[in-house]
Parts: sequence; structure tokens; C-alpha cells
Amino acid sequence: MQGAAGATRAEVEAVPSPLKTPATANGADAAPGPAQGGAKRIEAHDVDLFYGDFQAVAGVSVTIEPNKATALIGSSGCGKTTFLRALNRMHELTPGARVEGRITLDDQDIYAKGVDPVQVRRLVGMVFQAPNPFPTMSVYENVAAGLSLNGGRVKKAEKDEVVERSLRGAHLWNEVKDRLDKPGSGLSGGQQQRLCIARAIAVEPEVLLMDEPCSALDPVATLAIEDLIGELKNRYTIAIVTHNMQQAARASDVTAFFNLEETGKPGRLVEIGPTERIFTSPQEQATEDYVSGRFG
Amino acid sequence: MQAPPETNTLLATPLGGRLWRRKTVNWVMTGLIVAAFAIALIPLFSLLFEVAKRGIPGLSWEFFTSSPRGVIGGGGAAHAIVGTLVITAVTAAISVPIGIMAAIYLTEYGGKSRLRRVLTFFVDVMTGIPSIVAGLFAFALFAIFLGPGIRLGVMGSVALSVLMIPIVIRSSEEVLKIVPNHLREASYALGTPKWRTIVKVVLPTAFAGLVTGVMIAVARIVGETAPLLVTTGVVDSINSNPFEGRMQNLAVYAYSEYRTPGVMKQASYDRAWAAALTLIAIVMILNLAARFVYRHYRTEIR
Amino acid sequence: MELHPDTTTNAGQLLAAASGGERRRGDRIFSNLAVAAGVTILLLLAGVAVFLLIEALPAVTADAAQLPEGKTLVDYIAPLAFGTVLAASIAVLLAVPLAIAVALFISHIAPRRIVLALGFMVDLLAAIPSIVYGLWGIFVLGPAAVPVLEWLEAKLGFLPFFAGPASSTGRTMLVAGLVLTVMILPIVSAVAREVFSQAPRKLQEGALALGATRWEMIRMTVLPFGKSSIISGAMLGLGRALGETMAVTIILSVSGVVTFNLISQSNPSTIAANIALDFPESSGLAVNTLIASGLVLFAITLVTNLAARAIIARQNIQ
Repeated sequence: MQGAAGATRAEVEAVPSPLKTPATANGADAAPGPAQGGAKRIEAHDVDLFYGDFQAVAGVSVTIEPNKATALIGSSGCGKTTFLRALNRMHELTPGARVEGRITLDDQDIYAKGVDPVQVRRLVGMVFQAPNPFPTMSVYENVAAGLSLNGGRVKKAEKDEVVERSLRGAHLWNEVKDRLDKPGSGLSGGQQQRLCIARAIAVEPEVLLMDEPCSALDPVATLAIEDLIGELKNRYTIAIVTHNMQQAARASDVTAFFNLEETGKPGRLVEIGPTERIFTSPQEQATEDYVSGRFG
Repeated sequence: MQAPPETNTLLATPLGGRLWRRKTVNWVMTGLIVAAFAIALIPLFSLLFEVAKRGIPGLSWEFFTSSPRGVIGGGGAAHAIVGTLVITAVTAAISVPIGIMAAIYLTEYGGKSRLRRVLTFFVDVMTGIPSIVAGLFAFALFAIFLGPGIRLGVMGSVALSVLMIPIVIRSSEEVLKIVPNHLREASYALGTPKWRTIVKVVLPTAFAGLVTGVMIAVARIVGETAPLLVTTGVVDSINSNPFEGRMQNLAVYAYSEYRTPGVMKQASYDRAWAAALTLIAIVMILNLAARFVYRHYRTEIR
Repeated sequence: MELHPDTTTNAGQLLAAASGGERRRGDRIFSNLAVAAGVTILLLLAGVAVFLLIEALPAVTADAAQLPEGKTLVDYIAPLAFGTVLAASIAVLLAVPLAIAVALFISHIAPRRIVLALGFMVDLLAAIPSIVYGLWGIFVLGPAAVPVLEWLEAKLGFLPFFAGPASSTGRTMLVAGLVLTVMILPIVSAVAREVFSQAPRKLQEGALALGATRWEMIRMTVLPFGKSSIISGAMLGLGRALGETMAVTIILSVSGVVTFNLISQSNPSTIAANIALDFPESSGLAVNTLIASGLVLFAITLVTNLAARAIIARQNIQ
């Protein structure tokens, strides 16, 4: 990261961190760090999202807690993905798209004047619905893409370390360590998605947004990713959009339910709370209807 | 004539009657279409055959290595081959950067802006410029700034660029559009600025297609005669400096050997056919190589 | 997973401080380059019109006596324009039905396995340089066409097109038109092929399910679907034929007379061929005159192309 944080990082690099020692007994990944640390809190205050004149999301106020996995659920078209994409300033990439309201990362408004969206996206990472490794790059280059795409001159040794660390963090290291220079697209769907997760965490974001990360995957791969989420939340703030209620129930600590009153109206946040409560004793009728399968 | 009622009407079509007439029409039209296709291909085979038959006698070591010998005629096409290479290289050097950057503008930056709509429209117009008009433009351009008597290799390249640029733009645009948007988004989500996304993700993914488009564009202009007739002129000796003096390419050479044959007419005609054969060989190789490059080097996107 | 413990508690400091001065500059430079490329092309096109105009002007303002052949500019260019349109019209008239047939053959009749090869062969016609067509036209097609020309004179000589006397070398407007036909065939058939293969499957299957023969299905569902695309393809081919130079230059035996007689030795020239023949040896006002004729050709092809685009645009709106 450039600027003020750059010097700090260099200083810290010189201090050996106990967390740099690799490998637990099963070699799956590096030891989990302390619960707090990199993760940040995201707050949305009365957020409205538009595509041109059409309002997709209205009046959403929500807090996404650090070191927790927050699931955003609701039927299709209710604005949960639109809302997610506003959290890392991807929403505005669509022509005509507009954001109103405040979204803060650790109390700093990410939409304030003078804030560089590119920098926001380094702090708030995203994993997409369909795995999208860069087809011209190898596994290694994909994971390191965030580093090299930003033009910083990173020494090979440091890059190697970041790649291994990220792949371990994504539970992928053992499967690809012997084929790091093969194309990223040669892996299975579940592996590709974990590759994309490794790529996202390689740039050390504070928050990780996941947009239906398992919808293109088979059940086995899905469970692998859900386990991974359980571990990643120790280091990051996680928000995951899913239309699969069982997944939300399994993998998240907090659940937020979005809903449309009727088609053509904007989506709203109906209820948010600890996952267990939302699924067993929700407070709103609409929530209860959704989680019990009466619609959606 | 009606078929007897107990006959299975699915099996036989009774002679006469509407169904038989319709089927006949069907066969006739199909036959016409097939015949038309065959007729359309006859020129292709005739042309390739004749060029080979008449061009091969003209091929020789001398043809490829020496230049024409004065007024009497004779000699070879070495100067034309050099001229073709130089002119084509300069044309590509001008057209490829401009064309690809313009295509990048259209697909990545243009959005809904007015410049984009105007540019798209005029690129379309540009594809329709007759080649001789492009030649006249280059002539006029240099005549205004350097005087009308000038004949330079680079003038030919300017004329050919007017023809090549729109081709490069069109094919590059198509290839860039195929790069899926989710790859760009993946790059943005990592915190990558737009220009790096284009240079490090979009262009490499589209690379094989871009190369193919350029090769096909080159194949199009390598055989152009008219623009060069009015700019670089006809010359007898090897000239490899595009900024000094006249230069000739293979197409113009074929034309001049035909138009002003030397004392031994048939030998000149042989050389004209040989030049034509060489040209066709170059064009075919470029086209085939372009397809090969595309098939073997394209990036698979799942 | 931590290389930097939380000294960045103030995320705002991070966000604001690293507002990417360097990054914004890179973005700005690159997008400016891209815009510059786009603007350059517009300037180029404007330049074509402007520079041609400048160089043509002396011929426009000069006396008839000073111009080649002592004619006024209009008298000089008109016969050439006539010849240009005549040759191109022959080409389009012959090429369009042929191209439709070729396209139908490839898209609906030929066995699937060889479709790619067939398309490749037709496209190969487009790759052949025009000088090669010229040589082929004068050395191969011309002589081969002589018996046909004589037959036309004998049987249809009452028509002004075939009044004769039939040329003995074949260097006639008809042969030039035939070569142009072959040259524009790939263009028109490519457009036709594209649109025929996009004719909605459901409509075609519906027709067949009603018991239509294949030809009836094509006539009912495919041809109407492609009508305006074919027209615009024809106009694109027309534009190409209007501007074609070398094939006509070599093939036509020119006497400058304005006539509809397609099979004789005396033919009008075309604007492009005239320039190709006279330019290398011309100087002074003659050059300006030729450039003026080139400007007229530019205008004609421009109008043709714009009309073609307009038709495509209307088709897309429907």
C-alpha cells in the first residue's frame, strides 16, 4: 500500500512475526492470527442505490461486524448483490448507477470527496459468483496478480511468500503447490473459486465480500468453501450474499434479510440479527415466511 | 390424376397434382442454387490455376534476386520485394498503434459519449474509401507540404494506412468486446486502476485475436496497386529508404511489367505473372498463418 | 496472516492519503492517448476531404481550354462517372443473385461438415489482389469470353447492350463487369450468409412442420428475414465496385465514348481507371483535374455507403 502506510509496512516487515512460521501439523494453512487486527467494521447509513432512475435498494442501514460472517439473504432481485457491490464501490462502475447515503469503513466515509475508489477496493476485496481466474496467468501469477497489477516492485522472495500464504489461507496450497506455473483455468470449479479467494486475500484486505461464491459449485466444493469461510472470518470481516438458506444457516454468524414489497419497488432490509434467531424465531412476518419457504 | 384411395399416400407422390409440382420446384431451385455456387467458384479455381500455370515459368533465382535492367527489360523483382516489405512495415508501424488505441477507446473508454458514436460512424465511412482516393489523399498531403513532384516510399505507406487503420480498428474492437466483463471486474476488485487492467488483463487475453486481425489487415494491403501508382511511382532499382526516392511493390511491378514490357514481351508477361503468383502466395500464407495463430494461441475463457 | 498489525486504525488516513496521485496520472495519460487516437482518425478523414479539395480547386476554377482534352471539368468527368456507374451496376446486378445463391447453399443446403471449407473458399476470392484479377481478366477471361460476345451479338444484337461489333480481344465493359462481379461476390455473400444463418430457427421449423418443401421454407422465412440486409450488402458491394481500379484499368479497352454497348472495343473509362492510367505521366493542371475526378468518386462512394448504413440502421430499429 502506498502513502502513509507504506513506510509502516516496511518497518514491520523487518520485525519477524511469529505468524510467519508456516504449517500446522496437517500443513493445511498458517496458524490463525489473533481474532481482531486487520478486520474492519462496515456501516451503512440509510443507503439508497439507483440504476439511472430505477431505485434498486432503499433506506438500508446495517452494521457488518468485524471477525464475523454476515449473510445477506432474500429472494432474487431484492437488491442484496447491488448492496454488496456498493460496499467496495463496484456499483458505480455500471453506467448510470448512483449511490446515496453513507457507507463507512471503520467510521471513514468511503464515498467522501477525494477518496480513491481504487484504494477502497484494495481494502474491501470481492469474490464473485462464477470463478474468474485470469486466463492468461498461471496459478502463481493469479494469486500474485493483486501485487503486480498495482505496479509495486515486489521482490520474488516476498511474492513467493505471499502466494504460499494466501494459498494456504484459501485451503488450496497442497493441491496446487506442484503446479503453480500451470494456467489458472486448468483447475476444477471449486479449486478455481478457492484460487480467486487466495487472490483476493493476497492483497490483505480488511473486508471480504462474497457474492454467492458457491452457486456455480458442486456440493462437495461448496462445503469446502463454507469451512474456509469459518476460518477466514477470524481474520477478516466477511459479508456473503447467498440465496441458499441452508448455507446461510451453516456458515454465518449474523444474517440480514432483504426483501421486495412488490416487483418494481426497491429492496429493503427487513431484519438483521444472529443467524440462529433469524432462522428459529424471526421477528418480522416476512422473514418468517421466507425462511420457512413460503416464498422466495 | 388421382391415386387410388387404397394406396398409401405417404409412399408415392402421384404425378401431376400440387404436391408433385411443389416438389419439382424444390428440386429445380435447389439445382439452381447448387449450380450458382459451382459457377461462383469457377473463377476461383480458374484464377489460381492460371496464375500458377503462367507464373511458374517466370519464377527463377534471377526473379527473386535482381532488379530490372534498364529500358530493355529483363532482370527480376528483388526491388519490388524489398519495396513490398518496407512499405508494408511502415504502414503497419503507423496503423497498428493508432488502430488498436482507437479500438481501446471505443470499447473501454467511449461509453455512451458523442465522440464514440461519431467515431464509430466515421470508421464505417473509412472502410469504404476507394483505394485510389486514399492514394490521391497521400499525394495531395505531401504535395501541399513538400511540392507536387515528390515521390516517396512513405507516401505510399500513408495512403495504405488510410486503408489499413479501419480494418485494424474493426477487428480489434470485436476481439476486445469478447473479453468478458467479469475479468475486468475481478481486476478492479483487487484495487487495480483502469489502465493497468486494460494493459495487464484485457490486452493479453485478447492478444491472439489482435495479432490475427493485424495479419489479415496486412494481407489486405500488401497487394494494393492503385494508391502506390499515384504516390511512390515506378522505379528500377532497390530502394530501402522510405524517406528518399521512389519505391515499388510487387503489385505495381506486376502492373508495370504488363503495361510497359521490355523488348521480349513474353518474358515480361511471365514476370508479371510470377509477381502475381508471389503476391497470392504471400496473401495466402498470411491468411492461413492468421488462422493458425488464432486457433493455437487464443486464450480459453470458460 | 498479518504483515502489518493495526497501525492503520484510522482507515480514513489510509484512504485519503493514498489518493493515488501516481495512479490517477497513469489513468489520465492512458485515456488521453486513447482519445487522441480516436481524434486522429477523425482528423485523418477530414484531412482526406480537405486536402483533396485543395488540390482539386485549381481545376474547378480553370478555363476549359487549359484542362486536358480542352473540355470543361464537368464534360471531362461526366463520361467517366457514367462508365464507373455502368461497370458497377453490371457487377451488382450479377453479383446479388449469385451471392444469395451462394449464401443459401452454404447456410442451408451444403453438408454441415464442409461448410467451413466452402466459406473459406468464397472468402478467398476476397483476398486476391485486384491486379491479379486484372491480369486474369485480360489474359484468361477476355479471350474465353469472345465466343460468348459473338453469340450475344448474333442473338441479342437488337438490344443496345449487345449491338456490337463484338470485340475480338474480350476487352469490353461486359468482361470488366464480370470480373467486378467476382470481386464483390464475397462481400455481398458474407453479409447474406450472416443474416441467413440468423434467421429464427422457430420460424423455419414451423414452416417445415406445416409440410413446406425446403425451398418453400426458405422463400417464406429466410429470404424475407434477410431482405434489407441483402440490400445493404448489395450497396456495400456497389461501393466497392465503384472504387475498384486495377482490374478495370487493365481490362478495358478505352475510347472514352459514352455508350451502353457492352461488347465492343470502344468503351467509356471509369474515374478510377482513368486516374490510374493518366496520373503517372501527368503534371500541372492535369493532376488537379484528376484529383477533382477522384473527389467526385469519393463523393459517390460516400453516398452509397451512407445509404447502406442507413438501411442497416432502419433494419435494426424495426
